[in-house]
Amino acid sequence: MKARVHITPKPGVLDPQGKAIGRALAALGFQGIGEVRQGKVIDLELAGDDREEARRQVDRMCRQLLANGAIENYAIELA
Amino acid sequence: MKAAILVFPGTNREGDMRAALEGAGAATELVWHGDGALPACDLVVLPGGFSYGDYLRCGAMAARSPAMAEVARRARAGRPVLGVCNGFQMLIEAGLLPGALARNAGLDFVCRDAHVRLDNPQKLTGALEAGATLRLPVAHGEGNYVAGAGLLRRLRDEGRVVFRYVAGPGEPGWRANPNGSSDDIAAIANRAGNVLGMMPHPEDASFPRQGGCDGARLLRALVEAVA
Repeated sequence: MKARVHITPKPGVLDPQGKAIGRALAALGFQGIGEVRQGKVIDLELAGDDREEARRQVDRMCRQLLANGAIENYAIELA
Repeated sequence: MKAAILVFPGTNREGDMRAALEGAGAATELVWHGDGALPACDLVVLPGGFSYGDYLRCGAMAARSPAMAEVARRARAGRPVLGVCNGFQMLIEAGLLPGALARNAGLDFVCRDAHVRLDNPQKLTGALEAGATLRLPVAHGEGNYVAGAGLLRRLRDEGRVVFRYVAGPGEPGWRANPNGSSDDIAAIANRAGNVLGMMPHPEDASFPRQGGCDGARLLRALVEAVA
């Protein structure tokens, strides 16, 4: 089974990379850009085919390592 | 007084930390993280660098290593632990200090002298007097201390904001804070006061040839305090 974890800066947390990307897009002539936020994606391969168990396991991974709960949110997608 | 300096792949400030601590009167031992048990010591130091290439988040990998589990046990038992720069990031990632160290607000890797003021003396700052201002180098890309309003209030109320960035002599106020840290925070301690994390590098201001000795003032006070 495959899992994809999306990690994004929490709303309100300053994201200077996102701001820089937004400015660069504006400099390229793209108009009407609102806020830009940059996160990361982590793809995992998991043994077994119990989706609920996989979700619980990846959730534990997120809380223990993959995301920093102080400044980041995460979302889990199972494929 | 003996300090164990923990070394991970990518740590690079251990040599200067060792020289500075020895200059401050400590015996030292460099300890490779994979070499099993930490030696008996009076102080554990997590030095700066780029442990594990800053993969995932700065300090995240080192914080979850077996060596850090032992550091955490000692920290929770009240034994002194100092983390500098990447070491501060490890302490936060390991849950021994609260909050987060995020990307510098200006996106720059900041490498220059900063001035910090001792606002809340701790056990580990020993005889260094409250209000003492030190000129110490900073060198980091992720030193922007981030905490929610509740945590910031708690840190202030509990006297755990150890050092704050301040303007140096003749320096404009806007330049004091090098990374956008909340409340100008440069260093914090845990509630018991035995774990100290700081972004500036005292080991890089410990000998005249480094351009200043303010770091030695702090390290001497620390070494005397834990001896």
